[in-house]
Order: sequence, then C-alpha cells, then structure tokens
Amino acid sequence: MSLIVCRTRLTSAFALFLLSASLAGCGGGGKSETILIGHFGSMTGSEATFGQSTDNGIRLAIKEVNAAGGVLGKQIELKTYDDQGKSQEAGTAVTRLITSDKVVAVLGEVASSLSLAGGRVAQQYGVPMISPSSTNPTVTQIGDMVSRVCFLDPFQGWVAAKFARENLKAQNAAILYDQAQAYSKGLMDAFDEAFKEMGGTITTIQAYTGGDQDFSAQLTTIRQTNPDVIFVPGYYTDAGNVSIQVRKLGLTAPLLGGDGWDSVKLAEIGGSSIEGSYFTNHYSHQNPAPEVQNFVAKYKSDYGQIPDGLAALGYDAARLLFDAMNRAPSLGGKDLAAAIASTKNFPGVTGKITIDAERNAQKAAVVLEMKDGVPAYVTTIEPAP
Amino acid sequence: MTKFFQTLMDGMAVGSLYALIALGYTMVYGTLQFINFAHSDIFVLGAWISYTIAVAMGYALAGTHPPLYAGILIMLAAMATCGVAGFTIERLAYRPLRKAPRLNVLITAIGVSLFLQNVGQLKWIFGTQPQRMPSVLEDRVLANVAGVQIHLVDIIGIVTALALMLVLDWLIFRTRLGRAMRAVSHDTSVAALMGINVDAVISFTFVLGSSLAAAAGFLYAMKYPGLNQPAHATWVLLGLKAFVAAVIGGIGNIRGAMLGGILIGFIELFGAAYLSPHLRDIYVFSILILVLLVRPSGILGTTVAEKV
Repeated sequence: MSLIVCRTRLTSAFALFLLSASLAGCGGGGKSETILIGHFGSMTGSEATFGQSTDNGIRLAIKEVNAAGGVLGKQIELKTYDDQGKSQEAGTAVTRLITSDKVVAVLGEVASSLSLAGGRVAQQYGVPMISPSSTNPTVTQIGDMVSRVCFLDPFQGWVAAKFARENLKAQNAAILYDQAQAYSKGLMDAFDEAFKEMGGTITTIQAYTGGDQDFSAQLTTIRQTNPDVIFVPGYYTDAGNVSIQVRKLGLTAPLLGGDGWDSVKLAEIGGSSIEGSYFTNHYSHQNPAPEVQNFVAKYKSDYGQIPDGLAALGYDAARLLFDAMNRAPSLGGKDLAAAIASTKNFPGVTGKITIDAERNAQKAAVVLEMKDGVPAYVTTIEPAP
Repeated sequence: MTKFFQTLMDGMAVGSLYALIALGYTMVYGTLQFINFAHSDIFVLGAWISYTIAVAMGYALAGTHPPLYAGILIMLAAMATCGVAGFTIERLAYRPLRKAPRLNVLITAIGVSLFLQNVGQLKWIFGTQPQRMPSVLEDRVLANVAGVQIHLVDIIGIVTALALMLVLDWLIFRTRLGRAMRAVSHDTSVAALMGINVDAVISFTFVLGSSLAAAAGFLYAMKYPGLNQPAHATWVLLGLKAFVAAVIGGIGNIRGAMLGGILIGFIELFGAAYLSPHLRDIYVFSILILVLLVRPSGILGTTVAEKV
C-alpha cells in the first residue's frame, strides 16, 4: 500500500507544483491566495493514531481559521505526508514539504525520534517547525527553527514519580522501557532520578525493543522484586501488550505511563488488563473549562470520537502558528520562527502556553486513570516553582 | 528457582512456535535449495486470518469463552487458507523460475514478501492498525507450582506444536509421499527419472510448510493477543529468528529445525532473564555466528541421507 500511496502523493505533489508554477506564470508574479503549511506524521504503522489524531486536530484548527477569514486575509492549506513512524521517512517527508511544496512552516511529529529527524531538515532549510507533542529535550536543541507546544520528558517523568510517591504511596517501583525510543529512555531517566530523590526505591530497570511481543523474561524478573508500581513509559501498542502479560503473570501492581499511552487503541488492546493503570498527559477531555468542552464538541461532531491529547496538541500547535503568523513582520523563516518563540500566555485547550528561551512550552500535566476503557481525570500536577 | 522454571516454561512456549515456523524454511530449502523469505509473511497471514475469522465468528473482546472446537476450527481454517496461499505463491512466483539461476528466485521471494506485507496493510484486508485478537482459547492458570505459572494457552501451544511436528515427522519418514519428498530433496532430476511428480511434491512441500506457519500464527495470536500491523518490523524479526533456528538445527533437516527452534527460545529467554534484556536479539544472532563458525552445517546437519 505504501508504494501506491507514494505514487499518488508524488503525482499530486507534482500536480501541485505545476499548478503553482502556472499560477505564478499567468498572474505576472502575483502571490497565491493561500498559505501552505505542512504536516508530517505517522498516519500508518503501529503509532498510526498519533499521526491521525494530530492531523485531525490541525485540520479542525484550519477549518476554524479559514471560516473566520483565514490568516493575513489568506486561506490556510495543509499538506500532510505519512512517515509510517520511521525516522528515515520523516526526513524525506520534511524535505519534500519544504523543497517541492514550499510550505512556510512545518507541524510534526509526535514521536521524538522522528521530530529529531524532521527537525534537522527544517533547521537546515530555515523553515520553522513546531512539534505538537514531542517531549524529549533534544528536539528543540536542534536550533532556532524548532519549537514545541508541549512539556518535556524530565517534567513528565517528575510528574509520574510525584504521583507514584504522593498519590499512590508507592515505595518501590520497577521500570520497563523501550530502548529503541529516545522518548521512552528520556522518561525512564527522569522518573528514575525523581523517584529516588523523593525517597523511593527503584527495584529493577528492564528494557524491551518497541514492537516486541514477549515480555515474559523481563516481567518474571520484575515480579521477583515485588514493586508497588511498574513504570512503562512506552507507546500504546506496547503498553497494551505489556499490561496483558503483567496481569497474566499474576502481578497486581498498577502500571504507570506517559503521554505515549494516549490512544483509544490502548484500551482496545489492553482490554481489562489495562484497567486501573495511570498515565500522565497533556490534557483531559473531562476538563470542564469552556474552551476545552467547546473543542471536544467540535471535534466530536467532525470526527465522531473523543479527541485524545495528541489531537488537542495538534489543534494548539496549528492555532499558535496562526497567531505567530499574524504577529510576524513577514512569513520568512527567521521572522516567523522569532514570532513563534515570543509567544506568551497563548490560551490553548491544553493550557496556557508560553514559549521559553529554549523554545519549549511551560505548562501543567494531568494524570489520568483507565476506567471502563476511557482515561478518567485524576489530578493536575503543576511544574515545581 | 522460581525464576528459572518460569523462564524454562516460557522458553519452551516461545521455542515451539519458532520451531513450527522454522520447519517451513527448512522444508523449502531441503527441496529447492533456496530460502523462502516470504515464509514469515505466511506466518503473519496465519495470525491475521485467525483474527479475521475470530472476529467474523463474533467472538468479542471480553465475551464469553467460546467452545474449544471454535479454536480448532479457526486454526484449521487459517491453515487451509495459508496452505492455498503457499500453493499459489509457489505456482505463480517460483515455478516459472525453476530453471532460472537461484539468485533470481531469492529476489523473487523478497518481492513476494514485500507484496504480502503491503497488500496486508490495505484498508479492506487487515489495515494499518494493531488489533486485539479475541481470546478464542480460554486462558487461565492451570497450575501454580511454587510461583511458576503454567498457563493453559502455553500448554495448548506446546502440545499442538509438538503434535504437528510428530505428524510431520511421521509423514516424511513413514509415508510414500514423504519418501518422494526426501527423494526430491536428494536429487531432483533422478527423482523425476524414477517417476516421481516433482512439481506435485514441491507444491505439497509449500502447502505443508505454509499451513504449519499458519498454525504457528494462530498460536502466536493466542499467546500475544495484541497483534502488530502486518508490515511491522517485529514480524520480520520473528521470521529471521525462526530462520536462524532452521540454520542452527541444520538447514534442510526437519528434526534439526525443531531442535533449533526450541533452542532459540531458551537462548532468548534465559539470556533476557539472566544476562540482560537489552541484548535479547543479540544472543540469538551471536549463536548463529558461532554455529556458522564452528559447525556450518548446523547441529544435526551432517551428511545424513535423510534431507528434506
């Protein structure tokens, strides 16, 4: 399928190129009436809901802004490429967005490893990129073109540790992380450090490789150490699989994860095994704030499902980009990137977003519990002052 | 001690699945002297067909326990479907190349593998999303001996795998058809001169290997119900490990493939449990290198007469 899709996408990219060339030709150097932005995400693959949710969120934001007259009097148009959750594809997708589609800005990715691959390309060409939900610190260290609208792994790991210590009263924790993902490794490090600092004990640190289906050796080792909580900072497909085997092995300790769990697929795969486990996230759809409920209602009516955190972040990233476009002196890479970086207290559905000097967002995290297959709001944890 | 026996149990369960897949690699190699890279995709097909049938039969995620015959029925249906797929692939992709250099067939096998992976991802086939396999076989803890859990699903998996291997062993060493297969694997042209229908025997080899892979796919889906999408790298890795099992046992040797599979299961799980879980794939491939250096024909791969 990917072959066929590539073919049609190539054709459409080519067609678009011809179209823009002809427009420029007959208009006597006139500007096109739309502003093109790009999105690269995992539309297929084992993290497919990440890309799809984000894309839905972005499209909803675009629909709204276009209905309200667009940005700078022009309509926004979106070009999405699938990277299949593979870093080499992510680099190719961003290159294509910038060089052949000539987008003014890029949105993406969810997975930090892929944002790193795409971000390097964006930086090289001097086109601003906003990652909606990559939480690994290294992502924005690429350079001044790359920023994000979500919190970072050290903070998320710290939130998970604080929740485990203070709310779950856990003394001992075991960790099972995905050694192939920068995201998972980052969360593991942060949790390990914070949990020990708060007086807890890490009984064992075990690893798997994303996509593995057999965790019996690791879980047998974990079972021996008898932890109060098991921290599994992986993605939802793996977390679902881990939960099944954890319960099969007779372990009753709750699992604790990060925003990588945020997908309707988690409950589908994990089934009853994932019930009663917790994860940290960017927002809760149960938040009664009017802007959140407004967003949830609109998203539901367009896509027929409850928006997950990634959809909310995609929505926020796109809206923050439009806000920056309005403020920027021009849509050139440097100007636009500077406008994004100077964002203060932007009212997003995932909280107030302020971009700091490292182009990261400062905001609070929520903790959710899986209840009857739906993530239910438990508590909000603010950054330490 | 609990950890040791639990690992032994898990290693046996994983290993018997590797063995079932390894048989297909080794049988095809025995008859045609080429590595059928599409074999692991037949295994994936088996798992996903089992899922499709189970869902079509209406066994919901958290439903009641379906009767035992449902599981057997699904497994047989998956075996039949994959048998047909194996037959078709051999007929359309490999038979026209019977006289071509071996490299051409090898490249075709990779092409078939890519074809199956990508067709499997189509929306109206299996799609690109992971899915949860309905629990067709009841999964409960049969016995808990000093903390060592023996699961019904694992026992069913091991018993089914062993039974299928025994049937295969009987088929190859005790029947006329088996003798024909061994003759073809020995010397194709002489076998043809002796009146053996070589094409039919090769077709049969593919059907047999593919249905064993389908059985492995079904058992795998029972043990690990969160199925990754058909083109996921995990499946490729699994197929590779089964291939390593076939090589370690002695490629072309049926009993070697069984031994190799179970050995790989043990190496992987004991390595992960006692050395480091970070390197579990590395243990498997290091053993491959070791065997290739010390005993290139594999553990049982001597110059015995029975090579299939």
